[in-house]
Amino acid sequence: MDTPATYVQIAFIVISVPNLVVIVGMIALFIAALLAPFPGHRRAVDDGDERSD
Amino acid sequence: MTAMSAPTRPSAPEPTDATWTGAIRRLLERRLPLAHLLPVRQPFFVGSWVYVFGVVAITALIWVIGSGVVLAFFGPGWWHVSGIGRFVNSVHFWAVQVFFVFVVLHLWGQYFMASWRNGRATTWIVGVVIFVVSLVTGFTGYVSQQNLDAQWIALNAKDGINATGAGAFFNVLDFGQIYGIHVMLLPILVTTLVVVHVVQVRMRGVVRPIEVQSPVDDGGQRPDTTS
Amino acid sequence: MKEPAIDQDAYYRGIPTVPYDLVKELVLAFAASGVVILLLALALSSPDVAPLTIQTWARADPIDFARTAASELAGTSFSAAYGPPYTNGSDSVQTLGPLAPQRWAGNTIRLDPAQDFVLGPLGAAAVGNPDLTAALATYASADEATRQGWLTTYTDALASATTQDGGVAVAAGRYGPVPVLLANLLSDARSGGLDGLLVAGDRFFETDYTRPLLFMGDGAYLAGLAANAHLLGNQWGMMNETGSYPGQAWLWLYSMWYQVPPYNSAPNADLLVVLTMLGVTLLLALVPYIPVLRDIPRWIPIHRLIWRDFYRWRRTHPSTRTG
Repeated sequence: MDTPATYVQIAFIVISVPNLVVIVGMIALFIAALLAPFPGHRRAVDDGDERSD
Repeated sequence: MTAMSAPTRPSAPEPTDATWTGAIRRLLERRLPLAHLLPVRQPFFVGSWVYVFGVVAITALIWVIGSGVVLAFFGPGWWHVSGIGRFVNSVHFWAVQVFFVFVVLHLWGQYFMASWRNGRATTWIVGVVIFVVSLVTGFTGYVSQQNLDAQWIALNAKDGINATGAGAFFNVLDFGQIYGIHVMLLPILVTTLVVVHVVQVRMRGVVRPIEVQSPVDDGGQRPDTTS
Repeated sequence: MKEPAIDQDAYYRGIPTVPYDLVKELVLAFAASGVVILLLALALSSPDVAPLTIQTWARADPIDFARTAASELAGTSFSAAYGPPYTNGSDSVQTLGPLAPQRWAGNTIRLDPAQDFVLGPLGAAAVGNPDLTAALATYASADEATRQGWLTTYTDALASATTQDGGVAVAAGRYGPVPVLLANLLSDARSGGLDGLLVAGDRFFETDYTRPLLFMGDGAYLAGLAANAHLLGNQWGMMNETGSYPGQAWLWLYSMWYQVPPYNSAPNADLLVVLTMLGVTLLLALVPYIPVLRDIPRWIPIHRLIWRDFYRWRRTHPSTRTG
């Protein structure tokens, strides 16, 4: 990890591969969070005004 | 008169109601009842992984602070000479990376949910302030590393800071000053702001989904100003 | 129980609720983030390139060291000509029209680089060193024009200097006491003594590294190390880290301005970038009140993905709210 990073040039942007991995990873995580089903409780358990607290 | 009087009915004014302490207690009971602070139910639309980003950021912050406490206890030079110290520093380093990743994901999520609606603008503003203060906290941390990176960052940052006039009292080349700000002042500020932010969210509850029809001003929440 | 000031029941009326354990979520998130963080720490460790010392610098590049020391004496170094908060110069003072906050804030970290970085340490080293004592006396008694003459001639000669036994060898010339002064400073640096002298000065406890850092920053050697690590400002350096570690990706916008016009050629680039970022941050904070910015979430309907269950439910449970 102590060897210098590789750099990638995209237009005027010069970015290190580790930073690019982080940013691409973040976008992938965001998209995954949007699409992945959230566990449990899809059915509306109770309707209307009933709140137990 | 017995030593312990019978409990008064809640609506009957107690003699203590006229006290400052009583006033604060009433304020808290009205503004942040425990049922709002620690609810056991959520509206069913809170069912997306996007809602998890904020709490993950908070847990990353706990790891940052925990590892930071250990680093502070053993002193700023420890991690350069100790294997365990290096590991604790690595925890601190990666926890900061995870923290910023999830703070930004949380920002993206809340932005596209327009979570400032219905009276939640100050919650959003506090969130932005947390982000900015975190950036400064991270910066003071990088400058406190006592290695080549710290030397270079300090020498370069000084020009921008000096240009604003802040360099006259905030000297990034002064390790003692920056270290003290990093390990004590800013963590207190960040933690306080995060607590305020969470309390703000709990007071109002999560924002309702964006809907086309004009909402009604209900229960102390202001109307959706973006419609 | 008094009525809450904010009526969440009314806010969520008509919307079903489900059990949701916030504390368990926090604990699970803590464990999950902990696993990720601990694994990363174990597998990848963290960056720690040893700091440059004046000793290392003097040994690795004595010519650059000598050139830097000469520029401190001449008052032409970056630090010497800087201006507030360090010196009386103005080379690094950044203004924008009538805005001159750097000048307004004043010289609160008073430095005299010639004295603080060179002559002071040499004075300490002159004890028991008659040659150095004499050279210092010669330098002190010369007028400014004479000194500048020596320094300019010597700096020009450094362009074709060679290193010899760790020292600097220049062609013969009229340099006055300058070669003796700088040779002694170099020897002090190579021994490690100058590192301590510049930090501590005449104090015992010191945690302020302003003097040694500015001195090193005035040279080219440290900048060379930084350039190799892609840390220069015009290399998007603010985002980068030594080694193959991720840097500060969150500084992407701050770094970006330095790469584009007009910032990339502006003498007051730092002030411009800071003001730009203050403006951008203010915009971000005030999004709830800014048309267009606050409407984008409706136009780019990512929320329809986030709340898809709700909108599906809504089709069969129309809102009873009017308004």
